[in-house]
Parts: sequence; structure tokens; C-alpha cells
Amino acid sequence: MTDVRIITANTAAALAAALCRVQVIAAYPITPQTPVTEELAAMVESRRLTAEYITVESEHSAMGCVIAASQVGARAFTASSANGLLYMHEMLHWAAGSRVPVVMACVNRGVGAPWTILNDQQDSVSQRDTGWIQLYCRNSQEVLDTLIQAFRIAEHVRIPAMVCYDGFVLSHCSTPVDVPTQADVDRFLPPYEPAVKIEQGVPMAINPLILADPRPDAHGDLKPGYMDIRFRLQEDLLAALETIDRVDRNFGEQFGRTWGGCAWEYRMDDAHHALVTMGSLASEATLAADAMRAQGYRTGVVGVRAYRPFPAEALARALSRAETVTVFEKDISYGYHGALASDLKAAFFDAGLRPRFSSYVAGLGGRDVRPDQLVKAAIDAITDRQIDRWIDIRM
Amino acid sequence: MSDDSQKTLTAVSQPAPGEAGKTGDWRSHTPVIDHERCVQRDSCLYCWLYCPDGVVSRDFPLTINLEYCKGCGICAEECPRKAITMVHGRNPHDPDAQEADHD
Repeated sequence: MTDVRIITANTAAALAAALCRVQVIAAYPITPQTPVTEELAAMVESRRLTAEYITVESEHSAMGCVIAASQVGARAFTASSANGLLYMHEMLHWAAGSRVPVVMACVNRGVGAPWTILNDQQDSVSQRDTGWIQLYCRNSQEVLDTLIQAFRIAEHVRIPAMVCYDGFVLSHCSTPVDVPTQADVDRFLPPYEPAVKIEQGVPMAINPLILADPRPDAHGDLKPGYMDIRFRLQEDLLAALETIDRVDRNFGEQFGRTWGGCAWEYRMDDAHHALVTMGSLASEATLAADAMRAQGYRTGVVGVRAYRPFPAEALARALSRAETVTVFEKDISYGYHGALASDLKAAFFDAGLRPRFSSYVAGLGGRDVRPDQLVKAAIDAITDRQIDRWIDIRM
Repeated sequence: MSDDSQKTLTAVSQPAPGEAGKTGDWRSHTPVIDHERCVQRDSCLYCWLYCPDGVVSRDFPLTINLEYCKGCGICAEECPRKAITMVHGRNPHDPDAQEADHD
């Protein structure tokens, strides 16, 4: 028996967090994430969810609270967007360095200045280098499913995970979502056990000042230096690529839905031309690929679901036979290219590939991106040598 | 993950003497107590109270654990009887240690 509800991605995220039996929620409301916090607060208030809901005075504190909660053994959740996420930035590094498996819903919104409340992915892409896992979703069902997967991934590799989905495009649009039962989610996600737990009667300092080199502690145990701990984060984050794929497969075995693990393909079997993007734009790219095929261009889509860790080898493999690769993204590393385009080019270099490569920045601050615009941009990229530009600039 | 791997997962320390190393070798000045001025019957123990490293004894005559004393001089500053003097050198009774001070 299925329970299909017509809900927004924000409701899907709140339901998923509740189904994961989160024990501590600390969040500060910000558009377009606000309904996630409101719905979870209502569940806690009405005792449909047994959890501590901490109303904090800032996003910086929200992340501080969930880090601490995770260290005493609670499954912890938060959500944010845009400038609120930027305000968390210091604590995002702290969460990853502490290896706490907290999960956050990031409802993607453009960052100020100037103020925008509308969608792009500059907020989470700007957190790329914090050591978090970042998963990007195409639709509300994927948001619900990915959030459940995220807790299992994060708790296995001891690295925090961000589930990113586009503000308004997904967060405020109602679509059918199959909501799993509590019993099924319980079977998929065992209770959380922290790696290092702070307990009464066993005093300890987590994250004391440590020196550059390893040294023995007062008990004679050799303790790692800063760089050794950070190297371990990098190794484990890269190993998480396999975990993300495996958890998605396991999810599919139990729930009958998979989302491609780290990256997914659409009509790539015979494709000469590939569109690469992430988030809801990737759903739209599949419509563009269909339209291009109708015009005689054999086109497919490779969607990036895990942006960090970056599935460089899987993407290079998926794109190894593409003559033309065109990237669309709602972010940019100002002064260079879109972040995804840069990362993908690096992956091609490592794989010894050199397709005709173009990249477009699109949809910043909520500017609408239509499939026909993607089609035109992609055909320009096929007929031209190399393009690196923005779509739909009107000045 | 194995137990071994947990050790390098994150930085953790448990409170114990010397957890931050033998911090006595940070010292450039060493506290020396004048036991004529500090006597048990009217002692204030301000030095014990103020010491940020907890290296002053509560037993009399007072002793200071020089393995961990960083030589900050707070005890000398706070002593109302001027019974503690900061003397230049890591160990005023050990000429070799004073020599090392010039490193």
C-alpha cells in the first residue's frame, strides 16, 4: 500500500527528517527554507515527533547546536538557504572537521548583494570546500528519498551531508510524493551511534588545540597532528563515493526507487552530445535532450547528484564517448568559470579526454530557464568551437 | 570502520596531567617561594586559586610543580605577602637549564 501525497519539496524534507527520527533540530528560518522549520516545529509541538527543537538566534548557532547534539549521540538536523548558509560557513568547516554526521537541507537560493530570495545554487556551491557531502536533487520525491539516504551515508562515513534542492522551483511547488512508512524507514536506517561520544562521568575535550606533528598524549597514546586528521577527512570523503552509490542501491532494493547514486544518465547510450548539470535544471535538461533528438542531434544528459565528493571517474566514464559536452549551472566561481564546469574539465584531463566543451551560467537569482533556451545554447555549442557565456543576459 | 581508524577521525583529549605536554619547558622565568613570608597558619592560598595551570600544591610548605609551570607569574603578582619572586631562567637551581634558555 502506498501513501502518495501532493506536497512541496519543503514538506518532503520535513517529513523525511521526521521519518529519520531526528532527535535534535536547530534551525533559523530563512526564505525559501522557512516551511521546513515551521513544519518540523509543528510536529514537535504537537508531539507527533519526539525531538528537541532549539530556536536559535542565528544559523551559526544552529550549526553549533547540531554539532554538539551529534557529539552526545543525537541524530541532528538543520536546514538553511542563501545568506543564512553563508553565516554558517565557519561551523560547516567545524562540523566536517568534527566528523559529525549531521544532515542539512539546503534550499538553494541566490546570495546577496543585491538581495534576491529567488533560486540559484551559489549558496551551496560556495560551501563546496568545507568537507561536507553535497547531494543535488531533481524533484520532491528525490528530496525525500535522498534525505533518508543522507543520514545513512553520513553516519556510515562520519561526514556531514547537505541535501540541496532548488528554492521555489521545488521548495514551493506541489507534486505527488510517495511517502514511505515509518517501519520501512526504521528498517533502512538503524539508530545512530556516534564515533566518539561525550558522556557524563567521562570528561573529554573534542577538538582541543593540536599541534602540527603527531605526539603522545598524557596516556602515552600517539595522537595525530592537524594535517593527519585533515588527510583522513579527504580519504574518507573520496571513499564516500562508493557509499553514496551503495546506499542508493540498497534504498532501491527496499523502496523500489533509485536515483543514480553519485551521477545518473539519460539517453546516453547512443549520444554524441551530452548536457551536464545538477539540481532541477537537470530534469529540464532531459526535456532539452528530447527536443534536440527531434531535431536530429543525438543528445543525452549526465546529471551530477553528488557534487562533493565529486564523482570524477564516473562522470568521465559516462561522457567518454560524447563528442560535445555542454555544462549548464546556476553558480559561478567569479573570475573564472562555473564551478561544475571547472571540476568537470579537471576530470576530463585526468581521464585523457578532450571533448568539445562549452559551459553556460544560467538562471541566477531566479531568472527563468526554459528548455528551448538550453536547446539553442547546446546547438550553438555543437556548431561553434567553444563557448563560455551566460544565458539570457538582457543588458 | 576499525577501532584503529577512529583514533585519527577527530582530535580528542581526556583531562590528565601533561595532556598538553611538559609545559614547564615553555618557562623563561621561575617562581621561587620564600617560606619565611608564607606560613601555613594565615595562608591565603591565592597562588593555588589563581594558578591557571593548577600546579601549586594545597599542602604546606607550598610547592610548585615545575614540570608544568609555564612561568606566567600570576602567583607572584597575586601573592599579598610578596612571598613569590619570579627569577630569570627555566630553573634557577640548574645552570644548564639556564643556559638552554638562550636558545
